[in-house]
Amino acid sequence: MSVLEVRNLTKRFGKFTALNGVNIEVNEGEVYGFIGPNGAGKSTTIRVLLGILKATEGGAKIFGKDAWSDAVEIHKRIAYVPGDVNLWPNLTGGEVIDLFVKLRGGNNKSRREELINKFNLDPTKKCRTYSKGNRQKVALVAAFSSDADLYILDEPTSGLDPLMEQVFQECVMDAKSEGKSVLLSSHILSEVEKLCDRVGIIRQGEIIETGTLNELRHLTRTNLLVETKQPITSLNELKGVHDIEEKDQGLSFQVDTEELDAVIKHVSKFGIVKLESAPPTLEDLFMRHYESKDEVSGGVS
Amino acid sequence: MTPTHLFKGTGEITKLLLRQQRFKILIWLLGLIIITLAVASAYPDMYTDEKSKQAFALTMDNPAMIAMLGPGYEEQDYLGSIGTLFTHEMLLFSAIAVAIMSILLVGRSTRADEEDGRTEMVRALPAGRLSYVSAAMIILTAVNAVLALFIGLGLSVLGIEGINLESAILYGAVLGATGLVFGGFTAVFAQLAETSRGATMLSFAVLIVAYLVRAVGDVSNEALSLISPLGWTVRTDVFAGNDWWPVILSFALSIVINIIGFYLNSIRDLGSGFIPARGGRRQASSLLQTPIGLTLRLQRTNIISWGIGLFALGASFGSILGDLETYFADIEFMQAFLTEEEGYTMTEQFIVLLMAIMALIGTVPAVMTILKLKGEENKNRTEYLYSRSLSRNRMLGGYFLLAIAVSIIMQLLTAVGLWSAAAAVMDDALSLGSTFKSALVYLPAMWIVIGLAVFTLGIIPKAAGIVWFYLIYGFVVIYLSGLLEFPEWVNNLSVYEHIPQVPVEDMDFMKIIVLTIIAVVLAAAGFLGYNRRDIKG
Ligand SMILES: Nc1ncnc2c1ncn2[C@@H]1O[C@H](COP(=O)(O)OP(=O)(O)O)[C@@H](O)[C@H]1O
Ligand SMILES: [Mg+2]
Repeated sequence: MSVLEVRNLTKRFGKFTALNGVNIEVNEGEVYGFIGPNGAGKSTTIRVLLGILKATEGGAKIFGKDAWSDAVEIHKRIAYVPGDVNLWPNLTGGEVIDLFVKLRGGNNKSRREELINKFNLDPTKKCRTYSKGNRQKVALVAAFSSDADLYILDEPTSGLDPLMEQVFQECVMDAKSEGKSVLLSSHILSEVEKLCDRVGIIRQGEIIETGTLNELRHLTRTNLLVETKQPITSLNELKGVHDIEEKDQGLSFQVDTEELDAVIKHVSKFGIVKLESAPPTLEDLFMRHYESKDEVSGGVS
Repeated sequence: MTPTHLFKGTGEITKLLLRQQRFKILIWLLGLIIITLAVASAYPDMYTDEKSKQAFALTMDNPAMIAMLGPGYEEQDYLGSIGTLFTHEMLLFSAIAVAIMSILLVGRSTRADEEDGRTEMVRALPAGRLSYVSAAMIILTAVNAVLALFIGLGLSVLGIEGINLESAILYGAVLGATGLVFGGFTAVFAQLAETSRGATMLSFAVLIVAYLVRAVGDVSNEALSLISPLGWTVRTDVFAGNDWWPVILSFALSIVINIIGFYLNSIRDLGSGFIPARGGRRQASSLLQTPIGLTLRLQRTNIISWGIGLFALGASFGSILGDLETYFADIEFMQAFLTEEEGYTMTEQFIVLLMAIMALIGTVPAVMTILKLKGEENKNRTEYLYSRSLSRNRMLGGYFLLAIAVSIIMQLLTAVGLWSAAAAVMDDALSLGSTFKSALVYLPAMWIVIGLAVFTLGIIPKAAGIVWFYLIYGFVVIYLSGLLEFPEWVNNLSVYEHIPQVPVEDMDFMKIIVLTIIAVVLAAAGFLGYNRRDIKG
């Protein structure tokens, strides 16, 4: 069952088109990774989901309700962590957490204390004295101590240290194991790989790739390093082989995952001595889209 | 660090600050210069003969007027120079406007930039520790110098009787010097307080205290006036004796304050104040856990400060009513002259004028309450709140109700202040009921301005600042309409002109109801717009 559904969403700010026909679907119990370069439209999409921005065309549904007109109803069941956490300088972290938990209607004191300890936050300090990471912790504690069905997290870990990042990942996994859904916009690919069931990649306001990590890996290339008895010939004539480089003893190249079978068959004819393969990472996937973006914009300018 | 290092980059930062504020600076300068010159050029036509000048001297020479506008001149000075009449009516309030401009200018370019993290970025460049505050002071000085020069030269070329170049420059210079003093105070408070709001609030508090000390001093004891910088402002005897000492004294004071400000700035950490941050509550009080509680909490200090300020203003004027009463009892003939004309005592007429001004001032915190929501949006804090189960109506409604409550509280405090102080000093005390009535009757006008604020917030959020222009307009109309003989429609644009001036005029419930309906319509349109528009952050 889909918890969140974005259909053909377009958002224009004056003449500038920030989002162009975006489609996203997050199912119940799923962690959805929302990745894309700066300015791609992640935060804009999330603000439409929160009913803060009004869609120019298309729209979004959360729990089957309209994100704009039923915002208040929907928000009873979601928790949000903004990318840029701006807090009131003269309130303490503890006060802000309470305010947020209360505004949603839940009240889980023990969870709050547990999270404050886990994130190592001093809730008696005024917000103006907090660093970016600490402000983010305030928002994270407020989000995870409220007992929501959907968590919307906009680059929530950009200010956290690796230890706290770990705590954050535990929180997401806990939520997932309780059957909660998560929309996680992120830059940190290792985090997305670890946490997300499915990802969507957005670039210049358009979703360019979406699917489970496994599905997307089909779109990526596997790195191979091969040593053979006889030198390999006519490799570059094969479909789906890229970036061939001669190494000390053998060849290193990349293969489109769907052509892997044909390429291995070809190579094995030369008598394989050594074969190393590295799985495609999300990083590769991401970089490929970055590169193709550069190619496109390079061609235009 | 060598001294020159401390100031490195000042020039660049000055340009940067100037660029950011040029529009505001231009509006302030144009407004002040144009109003001054326009009013001055109207005087020769208003006071053409000795009789009218004598009448002016007579109306001005009473404790209420002295408290409001400062001590006047000798009668022969009024007769000898039109400039003196102009000065007595205009100088003090112009100086206060210049002080407000300077406070806002310095507050914006020092603490506000620091609070928003811009100073940090600039200071990470090869820029000295004192460069930011020096840049702000350079701009302050330049703006006030330009103001002094233009007003001085402008007045001198108008060819008004009794205004020559030297005295006109003195008039401009005393305005500029007052600006330097209060801008300097703001620079010091920007070091002491931890927020830009705190710095400007403290500066306004000093301005109000300076005004009140001078008011009481001018009426009762000149020595008291001399400890207030505004007491110096009104003692140049410009266009008659032309004393320069107040200008020199203000200048000297501003240099001393600047040195203090620079010193404090050089020894403190960026982002901190000298009033140390205390630890706070671990948990939110139950009040804070509601949207309106948050709204209230964020504005608590602001509202309380304004409340105290209005009570003090009301009380100060109330305490003068006793002198006013004695004064008119002494001069029986004048009492007869005035009551005969209007059918009301001078005291009542004075209260009517006072209430109009106080209502305008009392509207300021109410409008601030509404516009705070815009400020929160600009600082990206509403986005986070709206991710919770909170409707826009509930949020804006909270701010709206609070603003209405603030308007009522401010009027009550003004009335209580005025009445209680008057009761202590007058033989024939004011009636409590009529004092409250004359204060509360202004509420519909205040509500229209609050409604206008909601309207701009909902429909034209980028231009929300026009509410301030409207308030300034209302003030200009009250203060100057009589002087400049504005056409009727110009006066009518200010809603404060439509309020029946109880007790001098009769209560007019029809008007009150119509005004309230307009306020409701404006606010409702604002709510509708706010529900439909994008929230920026
Ligand atoms: N209120 C706005 N007005 C105009 N342009 C905007 C506004 N908000 C965002 N944008 C633009 O929309 C694009 C997407 O921004 P955003 O969603 O914040 O990107 P990100 O993926 O980094 O979160 C950017 O080019 C940004 O400049
Ligand atoms: Mg973003």
